[in-house]
Amino acid sequence: MHEVSIMSEALRIAVDAAKSAGASRIVKLRLRIGKLSGVVPEALQFAFDVVAHGTMAEGATLEIETVPAAGWCATCQAEFDCVDLFNECPRCHNFSGELRRGRELEIADTEIS
Amino acid sequence: MCQECGCGSGGGDVKIGPPPHQHDHHHGPGHPEHGHAHTPAHGILTLNLNRSLMEKNALAAERNRRLFRAKKLLVLNVVSSPGSGKTTFIRETAASLTGKLRVGVIVGDLATDNDAARLRTAGIPVVQITTGTVCHLDADMVAKAASQLNLDQLDVLVIENVGNLVCPADYDLGEDLRVVLLSTTEGEDKPLKYPPMFHSAHVAVITKCDMAAAAGFNRDWALANLNRVSHHAKIFELSAKIGDGMKGWLDFLGERAATTQHK
Repeated sequence: MHEVSIMSEALRIAVDAAKSAGASRIVKLRLRIGKLSGVVPEALQFAFDVVAHGTMAEGATLEIETVPAAGWCATCQAEFDCVDLFNECPRCHNFSGELRRGRELEIADTEIS
Repeated sequence: MCQECGCGSGGGDVKIGPPPHQHDHHHGPGHPEHGHAHTPAHGILTLNLNRSLMEKNALAAERNRRLFRAKKLLVLNVVSSPGSGKTTFIRETAASLTGKLRVGVIVGDLATDNDAARLRTAGIPVVQITTGTVCHLDADMVAKAASQLNLDQLDVLVIENVGNLVCPADYDLGEDLRVVLLSTTEGEDKPLKYPPMFHSAHVAVITKCDMAAAAGFNRDWALANLNRVSHHAKIFELSAKIGDGMKGWLDFLGERAATTQHK
């Protein structure tokens, strides 16, 4: 259900932009979704099919780019890969609360015709 | 589509090609490979958007925050799984503050106004939001509900979110403090299972401490998990039902409300 709200918003932004550009169809939507955003890509695809039905984006391709998560270690002054929200720095083993990437919920671009 | 035959894909800002070329084969999906150049695409443009999908909610949350600040209100967003004791916790908090701070409540549920009725019986101004199928409250819903309360007559506004540890994590409502509850009758590893929610909280409250022994609650493990995921959060342990541990929480709330009023 959460995915439906997010997908509706993506569609709203894309349709507004496509209409302003005088397009008749949306052929592709590209989203950037962080690994730790809590949103499931499969559920987004399902939601997209539902919300795009009967709109200018019906039948469009949904492309989802997954953004890997990166934490920031203040001690080492360096980034490290995170698999969850509470990873420790692999170098100094200090805990970092600063997530630099991985929670993105964005629409990157749309292709129109 | 055209990227399949290798033409016309690409980034940059808005790309606008010349009108589509004219010829006799159809341009439906999967048209066969053919000899002529497709420069540029079949009238396909790429519009760069680069916008957050949470932008609409973020703007509404900022509007709420400005309104709440102007009204000198301390606003809490109380989140937990269903049955962690949000309503009892809020009712007892409001009742204990009678004569000190005026508390109003916005309650979100998928259906029924049972929680609102329970709070109203205790004499607390309350507005129920029934979300239908939506699994979280968003900033717009809160704005509409807040307009039904006399905010000038309140010091603290408590928003009881829908019982769900997943989706509400992503929706800023314009609150000052996000308060997550973990009851002793749930698993001690809830913070590890739902890290975004616990990570986003400013305050973590272990509720139903009177039930801890009966539930075989492992306090040390729960605290270790909270400290790992919500390491920046202030932690309270209490039983709203029998009142144990409420004083520390109420004192904290009183201090925060006083700070808000002097801003």
